[in-house]
Amino acid sequence: MPTVCDTRSEMAAVQDAPVEADNEKEIKTETLNDAAGNHASAAGGVIPSPPVASTSSSGPAKAGGPGSEEQQTLMAVLQFLKKNNFVGAVDVLRREAGILEDSDESQGQELAASALGGAEAGDATCTLSRASSCTTSTPAVAAAPAKGGEDQPDVNVVLSAYSQQGDPALYQGYYSGLKKFVESVLDCHRAELSQLFYPLFVHMYLELVYNNHETEAKAFFEKFSGDQECYYQDDLRVLSGLTKKEHMKGNETLLDFRTSKFVLRISRDSYQLLKRHLQERQNNQIWNIIQEHLYIDIFDGMPRSKSQIDSMSGSLAGEAKREANKAKVFYGLLKEPEIDVPLDDEDEEGENEEGKPKKKKPKKDSMGSKSKKQDPNAPQQNRIPLPELKDSDKLDKIMYMKEATKRIRLGPESLPSICFYTFLNAYQGLTAVDFTDDSSLIAGGFADSTVRVWSVTPKKLRSVKSAADLNLIDKESDDVLERIMDEKSASESKILYGHSGPVYGVSFSPDRNYLLSCSEDGTVRLWSLQTFTCLVGYKGHNYPVWDTQFSPYGYYFISGGHDRVARLWATDHYQPLRMFAGHLADITCTQFHPNSNYVATGSADRTVRLWDILNGNCVRIFTGHKGPIHSLAFSPNGKYLASGATDGRVLLWDIGHGLMIGELKGHTDTVYSLKFSRDGEILASGSMDNTVRLWDSIKAFDDIETDDFTAATGHIHLPENSQELLLGTYMTKSTPVIHLHFTRRNLLLAAGAYNP
Amino acid sequence: MADREERRFAEVPRESIRLMAESAGVELSDDVAALLTEDVCYRLREATQNSSQFMRHAKRRKLTVEDFNRALRWSNVEAVCGYGAQDTLPFRPIKEGDLFFVEDREVNLVELALATNIPKGCAETMVRVQVSYLDGKGNLEPQGTVPSAVQTLSDDLLKYYQQITRSILGEDPHLMKVALLDLQSNSKIAALLPYFVYVISGVKSVSHDLEQLNRLLHMVKSLVQNPYLYLGSYVRSLVSSVMYCILEPLAASINPLNDHWTLRDYAALLLSHIFWTHGDLVSGLYHQILLSLQKVLSDPVRPLCSHYGAVVGLHALGWKAVERVLYPHLPAYWANLQAVLDDYSVSNAQVKADGHKVYGAILVAVERLLKMKALSLSVNAEGGIGGLPRPGGIMGCRESSPGLSPPPEPLSEPGLGIASHLHAGGAGCPWEDWTPVPLPAMYCELYSFFGDSLAVRFSTGPSLGNSPPAPLAQPPTTRKELPGGTANLDTARKMPQLTANLNISPRQDGSPHGEQGGGVGSAGASQSLARSSSSSSVQRSRSSSSRPGQRPSGLSRDVFPKARFNPLPAGPPIFSFVIGGRQMGRRCQGRRFQTTFTPSQPLSAVSSRTYAHKLPVIGRVGKPVRRWTCSQYSLHLPL
Repeated sequence: MPTVCDTRSEMAAVQDAPVEADNEKEIKTETLNDAAGNHASAAGGVIPSPPVASTSSSGPAKAGGPGSEEQQTLMAVLQFLKKNNFVGAVDVLRREAGILEDSDESQGQELAASALGGAEAGDATCTLSRASSCTTSTPAVAAAPAKGGEDQPDVNVVLSAYSQQGDPALYQGYYSGLKKFVESVLDCHRAELSQLFYPLFVHMYLELVYNNHETEAKAFFEKFSGDQECYYQDDLRVLSGLTKKEHMKGNETLLDFRTSKFVLRISRDSYQLLKRHLQERQNNQIWNIIQEHLYIDIFDGMPRSKSQIDSMSGSLAGEAKREANKAKVFYGLLKEPEIDVPLDDEDEEGENEEGKPKKKKPKKDSMGSKSKKQDPNAPQQNRIPLPELKDSDKLDKIMYMKEATKRIRLGPESLPSICFYTFLNAYQGLTAVDFTDDSSLIAGGFADSTVRVWSVTPKKLRSVKSAADLNLIDKESDDVLERIMDEKSASESKILYGHSGPVYGVSFSPDRNYLLSCSEDGTVRLWSLQTFTCLVGYKGHNYPVWDTQFSPYGYYFISGGHDRVARLWATDHYQPLRMFAGHLADITCTQFHPNSNYVATGSADRTVRLWDILNGNCVRIFTGHKGPIHSLAFSPNGKYLASGATDGRVLLWDIGHGLMIGELKGHTDTVYSLKFSRDGEILASGSMDNTVRLWDSIKAFDDIETDDFTAATGHIHLPENSQELLLGTYMTKSTPVIHLHFTRRNLLLAAGAYNP
Repeated sequence: MADREERRFAEVPRESIRLMAESAGVELSDDVAALLTEDVCYRLREATQNSSQFMRHAKRRKLTVEDFNRALRWSNVEAVCGYGAQDTLPFRPIKEGDLFFVEDREVNLVELALATNIPKGCAETMVRVQVSYLDGKGNLEPQGTVPSAVQTLSDDLLKYYQQITRSILGEDPHLMKVALLDLQSNSKIAALLPYFVYVISGVKSVSHDLEQLNRLLHMVKSLVQNPYLYLGSYVRSLVSSVMYCILEPLAASINPLNDHWTLRDYAALLLSHIFWTHGDLVSGLYHQILLSLQKVLSDPVRPLCSHYGAVVGLHALGWKAVERVLYPHLPAYWANLQAVLDDYSVSNAQVKADGHKVYGAILVAVERLLKMKALSLSVNAEGGIGGLPRPGGIMGCRESSPGLSPPPEPLSEPGLGIASHLHAGGAGCPWEDWTPVPLPAMYCELYSFFGDSLAVRFSTGPSLGNSPPAPLAQPPTTRKELPGGTANLDTARKMPQLTANLNISPRQDGSPHGEQGGGVGSAGASQSLARSSSSSSVQRSRSSSSRPGQRPSGLSRDVFPKARFNPLPAGPPIFSFVIGGRQMGRRCQGRRFQTTFTPSQPLSAVSSRTYAHKLPVIGRVGKPVRRWTCSQYSLHLPL
């Protein structure tokens, strides 16, 4: 903890620097906003990552970060160092900065980072400090949620924008003036201009509070809070409690408002209308707020309708900018490695795998040859280096293919049977569940810090013998794999002790050898399912880790938590390979793309972000949820993403176009789990409302016409067809559904704890 | 929304703050207290808001003290201790003031430590599986289809199962009856079905015990009749058990005293019932049954009782089955049977008796074949004109039967159609190129085998319409003959005999017989249910013999119509047969036989002159009418 505080005060100081440098505004807007992704990418590129290094050493893509910004960042670092009397470091940095102009940027950054790391001499959390030194300012501040009063300086930075002062008595007039104006404009513009109300309201209120006009602020809030859209209720509730300048210091929600520009999409016509109005009225107060705290994304074309706007808004910082979703995403699947599937004989396949592949060629299974041709939308096979397949993986792949041939073809006419795993006597609180891909094991994370693993099949769980006993066995024997297992340890379930806080996420590795768990104690732990012991504790998140997920190819995993940063790890590295910063609130759920090149994160800021693992860029921002997102699922073909939130809605996204393509309404409580069937025909959703619902995903995807226009503007009319898409609702007795899983044959497994 | 409450959250009053400060030894001025109050409220709210995320991530709806403490801890505030209990804490006011507090009982640690009743730990956390099977439309399937693999029997069901099996297989006939009745009507035993099926499959192990076999068959009947049970693929298992009783040379049949014939008859009746009511559950069932029957029939090594089973089985499956399997196979089989019947040696007596049994069964089957074929032809021929009554009568028999109703006689193939795949390895005629044999030819050929015992009456088309559709329900024959039957039970077993009954009187006014075998058979079956000793095919044949009831009254008949059948030269022949041949059941008082050795009539079209007819031709002499009981005065002739 002390190191964290250090880091933070350090960052705070860094923050001070630009203020003193008197280029406050620019730094602020640049760094606080869209630059977040870039900084994250920089951070990603810097962190040494041996397995990935081969690809990333070619230079992380600098997504258009302007040189001047780098310069300012550097200046800020220098000033900070000077202020703290790190003379040597300043000198080094100066020298490096001289080189910086004509050398590779990433190299320069790395050097700068290492210089800083050196200056901090023996700081245990050098990972974090390095990351923060690179990102330099606010994203890192956002990453470390401010607590208590210790971070006064950075709040001052943030709030200083409110120092300008109008007459508090006039605020109500300003607001109602704008309100009147918006009500008077043509219908087609009214919806668009109404978007202004909420951000203006919030910022005006905060200005009043900041300037100690408590009574005016209260009156202002009372008068206009009722006008705001209902989906902002949660934020308004936080605001309503905030009436003193002192309280603003530690308030996270407030920080979110201030550290990000609220993004609005408005058509050019509407914008002109607004501008003319404000200029006519000489309404500088509002104009200033718009200039400083709002980002208006102007587009040419028809103004959007109310429903279109409503479907996209709701996030903490408004909609995503259109540019944010323009990057190309390789959503196609990777080519499956060619594995010869012996059709008949089951016993030989292990040996024949390596030895005589040619002989078996003609017997190849149709499943194996299906994925021969490269998907045009797929990333390069080695874009992200993936672990090589072991023999056992190949065996498993063969098993998978065999099972896949017996898979039931699902559809509206043939729904999957549902098998519900109820956790009984889970008084300690079941917080997370995962199944292995072959549905042979089930793991539960509990609030009492334990992780429990059950065998779902009659095969019991056995651990490997102790080292002394292992020495005794005959290593040449054919059944050595059987002999190393300790028969005495066989049991139906195992308990894994190690965490010191509720376990919020568990995830099996695809090869079933490992289990990940993440906990409130800020660590992610890797457990061996051979010995049922903890192998590694990954420390990096210093706050609760809400979710963790293994890559579909193993080796990598992602974690995300309260610190608003998602981290990509490799199992054999104790430091993260990438840090994905940009979310404005906790990262609540994480999910790997089926091709392992991207990760999706859902957040309490009510956005979903898609990150490129290669360069750490944020390539998609999906807005539209009205509550914290708690579940994510990629369709098996990698094209679509489904997300579920506390508002009980499930939204469907087209990753390639970056569009929302569907809204599934039906659940009455948080959707905690989503899963596509193996062939993607059915989407299953499980919720706190004790139901499992099945949706016709094929129809949902087909009903959307994604022509060029909608793709270009991102404005889409969502059909109101939730009821048609809902294929079935299945109640549990009193068990919230917190995990769903389709077996390889398309039987739906669901899990939850009985909650009498 | 303007009338919203000003604040929607709780506030700590200033007084409380001041009191708390005092308890900590600090005196607060008003201003300070006011400021502090607001700050305390705000901080509490903030902590509450922060704590909600811990609740959300723990996937709970209820905010716990633990959540709140976590939020405090992450804000570097000391956690509040002592409120971790799961159950709600009572919040009480103090009597004399506005002071509220959470009740905090003192716990005597010594007592707790020395207590003898050590509290039990919580039950272990475990995972339990519940499967919901969905059908195509997304509905949950009824529970009855849940496979035994995932269905665990409740104690009640287990008890039920034990009681039922015990009483059915036990000694007490009354208990058995009750158990069978319950099995037939209980709607909650779906989960037990596999177990019952398993019990029934035990027929193979009790083949020495006729009584047990009978009871098991009755169990099958009850299960089949239970309207709440969905048999599904268990039909196959049931059928195989029933087939075992029909076809296998049971250990019980070694002793000629054992009436395994009746068992086979009953099983055959059951088979037809299963097939007609549940045959659609398993595809290809009909063909499988036919195939196995055919296989047995064409296997000369098998004992005669097996052959008998095959014949009655075919008979039970309907006349089409007889036509397709038995009829083509008859010439080949005949030689064997005749050899048996011709052997008059003493050692052969038993076998010969069995042979007569088979002979009777075949006779009954082919008689019905002829009758039904003619009927179908006549119906076809009459078309829209007069076709009504007869089919109506045929249909009518179904409703009227309270017990096991034999299948409604189909005039056409059973819905499945005889598929070409049936005849995989059978010895009979290949199914593919099977062509229906025209009725006259069939009659001629059959006549060449049976001679006059193939008692046939026919009338031509127009008169058919006159026959009144007799609305019968319960032909009294079986009832009335009952005492005699029981009395003569043993002898009947000893000496299976054949009778043929013929009504002497042309008019059958008083005869309560129905038009069709169904009603009679079913009535018999319902009794056999209780007495478990009736032969369905016998009854059917008897009912066939009562065919005169339909006969136009105006036509007088000879006592022994000796196949005065001449193929009509032209036009589709329209016949109505009255069949007098019949095999003796034990209920008939009749070991009275009338045998005549009639020279076979030369029939032009028949090539099968080769078959000699030394067989006794059996005719039953039925006495008319009013006194049905005494109507049989056939001669008694032990064969």
